[in-house]
Amino acid sequence: MRHVYLDHQAATPLLPEAFEAMKPFFTEWFGNPSSLHEHGLRVREALKHSREQMAALIHAGSPDEIFFTSDGTESANLAIKGVAYANERRGKHLVVCATEHPSVINSVEFLEKQGWTCTRVGVDAEGHLRLQELRDAITPQTVLVAVHHVNHDIGTIQPVAEVGRICSEKGVPLYVDCEASAGWLPIDVDAWGAALVSFSPHRFYGPKGVGVLYRNKKARLVSIIHGGVQEGGRRAGTENVPAIVGAGVAAEVARRDLEARIAHTRELQVRLWDGLEKHVGFIKLNGPRPGPDRISTNLNISTEFIEGEGQLLLCDLNGIAVASGSSCVSKSLKISHVLAAIGLDHALAQGNIIMTLGRDTSVEDVDYVVQTFARIVEKLRGMSPMWDEFQRGIIDSVIRPTGRGKSFSQHAADVSGKSAH
Amino acid sequence: MSETYTLYNSIVMDHFMHPRNMGDLKDADGVGEVGAAACGDIMKISLKIKDGKIEDARFKTFGCGSAIASSSMATELIKGRSIDEAMNFTNQEVVDALGGLPPVKIHCSVLAEEALKAALEDYIRKHPETASKLQTPMPAAA
Ligand code: FES
Repeated sequence: MRHVYLDHQAATPLLPEAFEAMKPFFTEWFGNPSSLHEHGLRVREALKHSREQMAALIHAGSPDEIFFTSDGTESANLAIKGVAYANERRGKHLVVCATEHPSVINSVEFLEKQGWTCTRVGVDAEGHLRLQELRDAITPQTVLVAVHHVNHDIGTIQPVAEVGRICSEKGVPLYVDCEASAGWLPIDVDAWGAALVSFSPHRFYGPKGVGVLYRNKKARLVSIIHGGVQEGGRRAGTENVPAIVGAGVAAEVARRDLEARIAHTRELQVRLWDGLEKHVGFIKLNGPRPGPDRISTNLNISTEFIEGEGQLLLCDLNGIAVASGSSCVSKSLKISHVLAAIGLDHALAQGNIIMTLGRDTSVEDVDYVVQTFARIVEKLRGMSPMWDEFQRGIIDSVIRPTGRGKSFSQHAADVSGKSAH
Repeated sequence: MSETYTLYNSIVMDHFMHPRNMGDLKDADGVGEVGAAACGDIMKISLKIKDGKIEDARFKTFGCGSAIASSSMATELIKGRSIDEAMNFTNQEVVDALGGLPPVKIHCSVLAEEALKAALEDYIRKHPETASKLQTPMPAAA
């Protein structure tokens, strides 16, 4: 059986050259970078080199603006809480986009319980944040605007440069979560005027266990993890040296190969979506069409009349690894908040599947996925009462309405006595 | 690899991959369709009832793997049971027969119990004469 890994948004395999570079730092050069002897100074030098590689990837002015954490989630926590606490006396208001990653949303919710307020800026049906709404949300009390570069769920590329202009005009620091874009799209913190940027190297063939936070020298930030004076006093705790070294190599390769990676995945993205659209009826692409508004690696689709977990399981049994934002897949039994924010019908959110491509994905892989997925959908529709009821005109399609029958949501409410939401 | 690392245990996976009694019954005597308020999924069970016994059962499910497996297992378990016995059917029986479900997935088996009961109620509604013979009082109409 062919194995096709289409969950690069969750994790990527480590680059062999990154792995090689990491090896001596487990055994030979094991020193603690805070130590003052030869062993410590040797690895301190390696951290500095990795900082330079990270700075180059995102066009940061100086490697001293790069901080290492344990992963992207910690970086996001530090960015949000660190800025909020540092500016507590100035104001206690934050502005975020409604479709941020949970590491941002949940950090904000934590602060809200402690007296901060937050405005969540809405998005349009393709997930683009509403710039005017963002501008209007900023008040004299606002101490941080947080937006994502690319949406982790539906691949929408946000107008970050415009957000940057608004923020500098209003004098509010901007934090950009680049978790879903670093290594896959050009990032220019200077051009954006970003005060903070975070990302995880394991999304672009680096190791897990390391996160990056860029902080412009002018941005005020306090530590949220206390202990020693590592990372310029912004993040206590011994650095994960081997991972940081591997991450540096991954960043360098990502910068070198960026254009080729984009071209390769874009071609496959178009082929995959065209194939699915042609061979699977009643399927919808969530987020913008492949093009300048969508990252080249992500496809987020909704297959009508069937649920997402079943699709995910059958994909897995056929060697295809995908993700889903269906409520059945989440531990909270709620659909992805991103799908809710773009106003996707519950019936379609339930049928959600997310496929993310990588540099090793091939044309043959994509063709196999199209064929296999079409079979899977057919099998699940054969089991679905909704498909049958659609055929009989009892319920209507959301994707291609026929004008016959009631909506899925109405039907779901009728049989469960409660609304589907 | 996928044989060793699956989301559910092997019984659940088997019922998900090879569902028993999937489909509809022509001339069903009772049909129940219910939705899960928790996740929004939908399950439908059709029954063939003869001489007070469930002769045959079929299901259709719009739902997760555990919902499909639960409906497959539930239809297996209730075949041959009397209406009274079926009225006392609980989701726990499905969970046990499936060798357990993850805690967050228990409601999927509840959906199977509810779909079965809705089908029985539909039957009793259509055959009021059977209601008086029941030992189990009919639950409040769904
Ligand atoms: S039926 Fe929705 S989680 Fe199982």
